[in-house]
Amino acid sequence: MWRCVSRGLGLSKRSISNDSVRSHIPRLFSTGSTGGYTIVDHTYDAVVVGAGGAGLRAAIGLSEHGFNTACITKLFPTRSHTVAAQGGINAALGNMTEDDWRWHMYDTVKGSDWLGDQDAIQYMCREAPKAVIELENYGLPFSRTEDGKIYQRAFGGQSLDFGKGGQAYRCACAADRTGHALLHTLYGQAMKHNTQFFVEYFALDLIMNSDGSCQGVIALNMEDGTLHRFQAASTILATGGYGRAYFSATSAHTCTGDGNAMVARAGLPLEDLEFVQFHPTGIYGAGCLITEGSRGEGGILRNSEGERFMERYAPTAKDLASRDVVSRSMTMEIREGRGVGPMKDHIYLHLNHLPPDVLKERLPGISETAAIFAGVDVTKEPIPVLPTVHYNMGGIPTNYHGEVVTIKGDNPDNVIPGLMAAGEAACASVHGANRLGANSLLDIVVFGRACANRVAEIQRPGKFNISFCCAGEKQKPLEKDAGQKTIAWLDKLRNSNGSLPTSKIRLNMQRVMQNNAAVFRTQETLEEGCNLIDNTWKSFHDVKLVDRSLIWNSDLIETIELENLLINACITMHSAEARKESRGAHAREDFSTRDDQNWMKHTMGYWEDEKVRLDYRPVHMNTLDDEMETIPPKARVY
Amino acid sequence: MNIDGTNTVTCLKPIVTDTSKPTIITPLPHMFVIKDLVVDLTHLTFLSTIQYLTIYAYKLISLLRILMIFVTTYRSIEPWLKTKKPPKDGREYRQSPTDRKKLDGLYECIVCACCSTSCLSYWWNPEEFLRPVALLHAYRWISDSRDKFTDERLQAMTDDHKKLYRCRTIKNCTAACPKSLDPAKAIQKMKTKHLLSQRTNGDR
Repeated sequence: MWRCVSRGLGLSKRSISNDSVRSHIPRLFSTGSTGGYTIVDHTYDAVVVGAGGAGLRAAIGLSEHGFNTACITKLFPTRSHTVAAQGGINAALGNMTEDDWRWHMYDTVKGSDWLGDQDAIQYMCREAPKAVIELENYGLPFSRTEDGKIYQRAFGGQSLDFGKGGQAYRCACAADRTGHALLHTLYGQAMKHNTQFFVEYFALDLIMNSDGSCQGVIALNMEDGTLHRFQAASTILATGGYGRAYFSATSAHTCTGDGNAMVARAGLPLEDLEFVQFHPTGIYGAGCLITEGSRGEGGILRNSEGERFMERYAPTAKDLASRDVVSRSMTMEIREGRGVGPMKDHIYLHLNHLPPDVLKERLPGISETAAIFAGVDVTKEPIPVLPTVHYNMGGIPTNYHGEVVTIKGDNPDNVIPGLMAAGEAACASVHGANRLGANSLLDIVVFGRACANRVAEIQRPGKFNISFCCAGEKQKPLEKDAGQKTIAWLDKLRNSNGSLPTSKIRLNMQRVMQNNAAVFRTQETLEEGCNLIDNTWKSFHDVKLVDRSLIWNSDLIETIELENLLINACITMHSAEARKESRGAHAREDFSTRDDQNWMKHTMGYWEDEKVRLDYRPVHMNTLDDEMETIPPKARVY
Repeated sequence: MNIDGTNTVTCLKPIVTDTSKPTIITPLPHMFVIKDLVVDLTHLTFLSTIQYLTIYAYKLISLLRILMIFVTTYRSIEPWLKTKKPPKDGREYRQSPTDRKKLDGLYECIVCACCSTSCLSYWWNPEEFLRPVALLHAYRWISDSRDKFTDERLQAMTDDHKKLYRCRTIKNCTAACPKSLDPAKAIQKMKTKHLLSQRTNGDR
């Protein structure tokens, strides 16, 4: 739909071999053909996969540093799921009250239930004010205070003075459309820098060298079915989460964990996938998000007795306790028969006591969403809500520079050369076992930028770094069979002729995940879940595709996405089954306390021979420098 | 896509439950169809000039055409903040809530293409007229109190009578917008601003 450079490559094959054209477009590529697939080769200094907040920020940073950058995306950039972020972005700007990034760091570590790597958290919180000011300077239309500064609202899990100073106002926002404003602002910046976009290209696999380094990606152009090998000295994955592994999720249908699956297929581990955040306020039925900012502006959750039950579960923070805490409390209320509605299976979020002009100015988007998806006028009636899958804390393990790491021998932080990750796809790990609201937009801009800066530290732009000229001449050539396996795999999938349609297998998977890896988990549900999800994976071998074409084959794309989801789902279930403690979003009824002795470690899930293998690596308790001391673990109370 | 004659985004359009009458769905009007409901939105999008150059270099289409498309890309409206000096304290550019309010109704656009593909002026002059979506975005930057290149932006928009003034205020864009924005009003305000600036400059 939004085509890019290669439109008509098939047509112009002859003209490409024409020398006069080639001399005009020296960067270009050779084309070849394998088994009926046209293959186009590109070379860049860096390639970014994904054009959401993290991908765009990385691409802008790389272009600013003078790197010849390609950004591959399966969606037009402003369709990325960043657009759906409502609440805002945390930074200790101190516009409302006195604030300090150390207090922000304390809250984040506490929010992560001490599973977050403290060096990465320190980096993020310290960079946060700079990152937000930078966004404002790019033109992001933040809401304002009376004296013209960026308005900051209250958000869940945020406190002053290391938890002792009461509620913090730290979440910078643009009404309740912060993600939308952020994504469009970053896209505008990318235009300014002339980043090369490949829109509606679906990344299939990493191109890994036999020495273990990453050399780029291979992608499918959805519009004409050509395959493209992007060779790059640095590959940055910013492909987002995999919320669609669950039946009810606030994530878009495009959140299918493609980057995670590419990494898993390359034999690298995925970290902490068992930690899946349930957002307390997804609209009942539709699953659309109602921002935590609605509670930040004064919204209240009530059960069927009209009681503000959060006062019982979190006496200090009340409705603004951390998300995992609120989600569990809501689930408890429903279980104990105090849910609302005819089935007593959800909870009411009241905004109707707030002044209508506050709703109009600060929460216009959710007023509209509630009207469309719940048929509710927020000024008069409560919104029916239910904890809904929202965010994946886990992902591709990275250090605080954004470089992908793996366990090698006794080194748990072994860097994979040429491969980086940022955003929800990555696990730095700044969110640990539970993410705080408005830390995700911060994560994407800080670590998107960190990736670009790291590339600038370790790599130089290609020799003739003007658009259309050869980049990265010193890059090692691709191995002869680079991408061949992927093509064989794609061809097999495209021609698969089993008995189960993609949609049916997907529904099975979503049901299993929803039922067996929910807010509360037990050994029994998880063991059953492992069996069921393994069987669902097996049933994927019997998938049937109807459309065999290569032009906009949504059947094929959905099937590839399903495979990606299944890989994520399998590792999630097995990681959850193995972790015998309750920490953050992972709440076990049979192991109801946190066990720092045995379980203060990151799970590493490998996908080997279509089976999950688990390993563990330690949490980084160290901070970056003496500006901040390590925050020792203690009980997490709100 | 177009549902029962109206451009809209499907997630916001309830399905009519009365099954005795068919619901007609078609691709967005006046667009080349790639497959089924998928249309070619290249003209409408914000692809950069370089990309257009590349596309058309491959196609070996005349330079003239490339130039024409050059001026009609979204990039030409420069969708980023342009200022003359950085903020003094290295912090945010200050903006009063009143000035911020001027951006409401402008920045919420989701680039769904419903407005442009319902616009007769765009149907008629796809390569000259900037289209409602780009004009709405242009006005968003013109309205931003932080931006110091308002005059230059207006000038660029009106240095010929095609980019902005091909709009004949038919208002199909406003009728079609699923986010209830008002591109027609933005365009009208931009015209007013331009005419007023001409009077003060004494051009006419």
